[in-house]
Amino acid sequence: MANKNSEALKQPLWVNNPVLVQILGICSALAVTAQLKPAIVMGLSVTVIVAMSNVIISLLRNTIPNRIRIIIQLVVVAALVTIVSEILKAFAYDVSVQLSVYVGLIITNCILMGRLEAFAMQNGPWASFLDGIGNGLGYAAILVVVAFVRELFGSGTLFGFQVVPQCFYEAGYLNNGLMIMPPMALILAGCIIWYHRAKNKDLQEN
Amino acid sequence: MEHFFSLFVRSIFVDNMIFAFFLGMCSFLAVSKNVKTSLGLGVAVIFVELITLPVNYLLQTKVLEPMGLEFLSFILFIAVIAGIVQLVEMVVEKFSPSLYNSLGIFLPLIAVNCAIMGASLFMQQRIGMDPDNTQAITSFGDSIAYALGSGIGWALAIVCLAAIREKMEYCDIPKPLKGVGITFITVGLMAMAFMCFSGLAI
Repeated sequence: MANKNSEALKQPLWVNNPVLVQILGICSALAVTAQLKPAIVMGLSVTVIVAMSNVIISLLRNTIPNRIRIIIQLVVVAALVTIVSEILKAFAYDVSVQLSVYVGLIITNCILMGRLEAFAMQNGPWASFLDGIGNGLGYAAILVVVAFVRELFGSGTLFGFQVVPQCFYEAGYLNNGLMIMPPMALILAGCIIWYHRAKNKDLQEN
Repeated sequence: MEHFFSLFVRSIFVDNMIFAFFLGMCSFLAVSKNVKTSLGLGVAVIFVELITLPVNYLLQTKVLEPMGLEFLSFILFIAVIAGIVQLVEMVVEKFSPSLYNSLGIFLPLIAVNCAIMGASLFMQQRIGMDPDNTQAITSFGDSIAYALGSGIGWALAIVCLAAIREKMEYCDIPKPLKGVGITFITVGLMAMAFMCFSGLAI
């Protein structure tokens, strides 16, 4: 049993990553990654919400009528997202302005519905909690990698601090403005999937 | 009236749901394998947007704002969307079984399509904007224009991608890149092409 729980936590981090393998939650993963800070805040918010909603649904799983389960899941998630959004507005206002509608869009993030449907409806609260944490962190990891590359090459900064030395700019180095634009997020994600599938051969399509 | 059309055109091309905001990506990538089904899903999205956005507009301006309950908007918007999708599904099933069979599988999925929820949330942000701004949504008519524009923009994007993917069947793509990987890169290139529209002065 302990083994199964640790699998629930570890699998989604790389081998069965929700973004790379199941292609869930792409919308927000790409939109908030122009800089590292909002990407990390977003990753943590999603982790907290997936874990909490997994626990709640897993506790309720035997009392939810099958026909209206989607609406119940949505209401639980929406309530949690409202709480997180109010907390962000209170304690990290500038990040919540940067994230704009994408905090609200965590409600329709497919990772949440996917985990609730596929895991929390069949498993106990503790396993569901670990599964939520694992999937949230797997999602956050991709966000951080994409945001790292985009911020470094797009604006020459990390967390808003300049890391590309000034002498580079004086020698004629320019920031790649395309990195901050939406298309580059998609192409980067494509390249990460390419690398991931090259390492995990059984995922390749014929 | 001029504002109506500029908002409409702008939300199709410049503020395209997929290429500018990445909304509705999940179903966009999963369903775009052939043109026919993606057209069905596109029509379903336009249809649901056209009903939910005006309803949410009225909810926001007539109920939530006067009562100061904006923090409840997430729950109410998603409840409206899920409820209306269920209702639309039942009505379509009753009156047009052939349409129901062609859309059938996609209708319930639309409730969790970020494009619908995203459009409602963007609309909420734009209600308070300066009326001279082409993005502002200041009346009930504007919310219909925005619903139509963003829905058509999404449908346009998914049909284009499906057409490209049908042709790509015959290409010799590196094995690990096949399927999702190359689709991402294709969408990235399409998004670059759509960036041309951002210089458009409407």
